Amino acid sequence: MAIDVKNLNYYYGDIPALKDLSFSVTKGDFFIIIGPNGSGKTTLMKLMAGILKPKKGRLKILNRAIGNYTRKDLAKTMAFVPQIMPVDFPFSVIEVVLMGRSPYMGMLGVEQEEDLKIAEQALTFTGVAHLAHRKLDQLSGGEQQRVFIARALCQEPDIILLDEPTASLDLAHQIRLMDLMEKLKKETGITVVMVSHDVNLAAMYCDRLLLLNKGEILCLGHPDEVLTFRTLEAAYGCTLLVDESPLGKIPRITPVPHKYLDHHQKG
Amino acid sequence: MNTDKPLLIKRLWVVSFSLMLVLLAAMFLGLSLGSSQSGIKAVFQNLLGIGPHDPMLDTIIWKIRFPRVLLATLVGGTLSLGGLVFQALLKNPLAEPYILGISGGSAIGAIIGILIGLVRFPGVSLTAFSGSIGTLLLILVMSSGQTILKKDALLLSGVMVNAFCGAIIMFLVSLTQDARLHNIIFWLMGDLSMVDMPQVGILAAMLVPCFFLLFWFSNSMNLLLMGKEMAQTMGVNVKAVTVILLVATSFMVSATVSYCGLVGFVGLVVPHLLRLLFGPDHRVLVPACVFGGGAYLVFCDVLARTLPDQGEMPAGVITAMIGAPLFIYLLKRTRR
Repeated sequence: MAIDVKNLNYYYGDIPALKDLSFSVTKGDFFIIIGPNGSGKTTLMKLMAGILKPKKGRLKILNRAIGNYTRKDLAKTMAFVPQIMPVDFPFSVIEVVLMGRSPYMGMLGVEQEEDLKIAEQALTFTGVAHLAHRKLDQLSGGEQQRVFIARALCQEPDIILLDEPTASLDLAHQIRLMDLMEKLKKETGITVVMVSHDVNLAAMYCDRLLLLNKGEILCLGHPDEVLTFRTLEAAYGCTLLVDESPLGKIPRITPVPHKYLDHHQKG
Repeated sequence: MNTDKPLLIKRLWVVSFSLMLVLLAAMFLGLSLGSSQSGIKAVFQNLLGIGPHDPMLDTIIWKIRFPRVLLATLVGGTLSLGGLVFQALLKNPLAEPYILGISGGSAIGAIIGILIGLVRFPGVSLTAFSGSIGTLLLILVMSSGQTILKKDALLLSGVMVNAFCGAIIMFLVSLTQDARLHNIIFWLMGDLSMVDMPQVGILAAMLVPCFFLLFWFSNSMNLLLMGKEMAQTMGVNVKAVTVILLVATSFMVSATVSYCGLVGFVGLVVPHLLRLLFGPDHRVLVPACVFGGGAYLVFCDVLARTLPDQGEMPAGVITAMIGAPLFIYLLKRTRR
């Protein structure tokens, strides 16, 4: 198991964010977590990344309790790509990507030839090698996201965690990014765990889908098990249509605007 | 990407070496210029030990100007580093110990120390340190809330703390009725004139180890700029690094405040200039701040000594006159 969670609880003060979660992520899976705002997705992601500590319950990364990892060991096992944030300090792309090598480097992070080679490979893999000497703040959102993914790959992780990587990207960049993660999973066997708001994208790419609602697991399984009218309406509380995507046996979700509901009632 | 192997080491040498030259030039200027017009040539000859020996000039250079230049170097380097560290930790290019009121807090501590009659070291230094830690905690508590250190919340709390500190300082000064008043006010404005060599030595012994400590954590500062969460998942002990850096910086700043009062905006101007020149890598910026900041304050002090026709003004006046407009410019630019 890449990630094994048992009776995981987390609260902010007295407010419970996650209640008794139990699930596991198989090695090499493309695992996507969906759910409405405030369902605990980001909290779960931060727990898995080791940023937050579980209040109760057990969290194992590669069959070893997360508390038994040193910081550096955990960084060599698992990489985290947070949501895009504005960059105030203009590092160059290669500088940022090399930072991903820091768990392998000394305190001052002086890079060796090998580190540079790994950084170049990561840039090539994510398709931004030509930007290596550009400043990060001159890049588009999609390019920045690829740089941060290259940085994560430099940690040579077994698991990569991404928090809404497609948010704020246009359609083409969304698909390219998801394709990239699929390629990563297929070519390197890295386990990909992602939080996403886009259920349709999630349905097209994931092996397994976890639907969170109010800090609890509402449904877990293949997309066509999880993305049903019943589960989605329970979680999101709005009217949705679920049919089959023209691409094949993948569920397609269409949220229904209010004006169409009115129309139906009248007609 | 044909990068040579130790790219960092090379850049570090080039930057440090060139800034060291700038610093040496500034120091030479600092030794040569002053209220007694002895002429650059005479000073140069004296430094090299050639030409006619002039005991008067000897005293002026080595007893008066040399400690002063060294003090300016130490203080300028420290304040620049202070700005650099605060900007990295708070991810805000406008953060600086003076603007955030850290310097003001240590000034309160220092004045209390002076008024109750403590000696400058270790007494006043310690009260100054507790003052700076006190304001640091105050600012962090005020601006934290839920989202850690929002930009505007932080600056606003800093400005308010600074104003409050200013009021307390004036309150304390108005309570003082004796002859030390003029000295205190002059010292408050950032005066570099009142030290001798042993005092500079004590200050150096406090500051130089901190310089190395900050350099040791310079790569962690780079990682912290990527965000606390990303830094943590790259193996940085974010809490420990943050506490060490904040405490070390406050210690350094309060040490300089207890020796030469409030020199403002150095921590804003110097890191900003150096970042423009050499990029945002802290492993280069930490040594660059020590040398560049030192050179900057030595230079400002030269201006402070030579601009007035009679007597001199505190260096803090010059740094504020250069720094405050830059702050406004930066504030306008970051608001895009």
